[in-house]
Amino acid sequence: MSKENKNFFADKDIQVILGTLLRVGVISSMTVVFIGGLIYLFFNHSNLIDYAKFDSGKSGLSSIGAIFSGLKAMDGAAIIQFGTLLLIFTPIARVVFSIFSFLIERDYLYVLIGLVVLSIILYSLSDKLVG
Amino acid sequence: MSVLLFTIIVLVGAFLAGLVGSLTGLGGGVIIIPLLTLALGVDIHYAIGASIISVIATSSGSAAAYVKEGITNIRIGMFLEVATTISAIIGAVVTVYINPGYIAVIFGLILLFSAAMMVRQKVDRSDNDTSGKLAVFLKLNGTYPTADGVKKYAVHNVIGGFLMMFIAGIISGLLGIGSGALKVIAMDNIMRIPFKVSTTTSNFMMGVTAAASAIVYLHRGQIDPGIAMPVTVGVLLGATIGSKILVKTKTDKLKVVFAVVVTFLALQMIYNGLSGRL
Repeated sequence: MSKENKNFFADKDIQVILGTLLRVGVISSMTVVFIGGLIYLFFNHSNLIDYAKFDSGKSGLSSIGAIFSGLKAMDGAAIIQFGTLLLIFTPIARVVFSIFSFLIERDYLYVLIGLVVLSIILYSLSDKLVG
Repeated sequence: MSVLLFTIIVLVGAFLAGLVGSLTGLGGGVIIIPLLTLALGVDIHYAIGASIISVIATSSGSAAAYVKEGITNIRIGMFLEVATTISAIIGAVVTVYINPGYIAVIFGLILLFSAAMMVRQKVDRSDNDTSGKLAVFLKLNGTYPTADGVKKYAVHNVIGGFLMMFIAGIISGLLGIGSGALKVIAMDNIMRIPFKVSTTTSNFMMGVTAAASAIVYLHRGQIDPGIAMPVTVGVLLGATIGSKILVKTKTDKLKVVFAVVVTFLALQMIYNGLSGRL
């Protein structure tokens, strides 16, 4: 019981940092999406939409490499997609941070659990799952 | 339809979805997908991709607020994320091989279930009795602040909860929703965690779960910037305003009205799915 009490304050600090991390991630990624959205609308507003049939190759922005090369061209759609990517990485950054905070607390069981979660996500990043 | 008109309609729809979703606790995804597919004729795979991005935004945004209050049980969250990330990826990989009609039917059934869960009387079954060895080993038992001081609680049936979370993750990856209703079953009914802790912890987990399947969707081209942009911006704005209103209003009547609307949407999805129109 006394051990739980000892960890309580450490947990509290971690929770405040975690909350800030999530908030900064959401706000910055949404800002990027918004700016990209304005550029996208400026150049494409009168085009016609075509979403009736799913086509996996259509957007051309389905890899991190493609998104970055679109960014260099200041393409609105690529900027939106980059913001989306930042948003996806926000909870992943939270997992990484949690692993470090459990390491500081010397809670090695949860360092391990965190690493398992992280490696599952990194495996899906590896692009092997989509044929 | 022009890009500008489409963006405006989706933006307004997503804003309302986020607003009502946060007021009723149902989440934005379950409303935005029927809007995109039934009303705007968007292929369900695109709708799923856009919806999952809005799930990450709203859950991370509200988790940021909850975590600071010290209600969220980070250990329970991390442990159960092992189940939800694996199963969310499985769901996201499988979804494209399933006939869109069947996805619509599954979606409709989950929608019906969520509507029922929303209006049902919730019974808090949490206690501080002896919990299992596994909960002690994993240090899942915790405390949370209440009006009468810090309260302790014990976590029960860890394996049952873990398995239920696995199912919730599959549904989340398959349909692009947070599947909060299923997570509540796992935490409230099976593991018997207090409401405040279970809602905030399930919300905390949702971001990572959704991120895991979002990566699969992204690689497959299911996340189209033209749809994801208005959906994410709209839902996040709506949900943020909703959470501000929520503190001041009673939502019981709204929930009943909304349950009727959701039931109607669910039946539409099932009908359209079965008749092959989606």
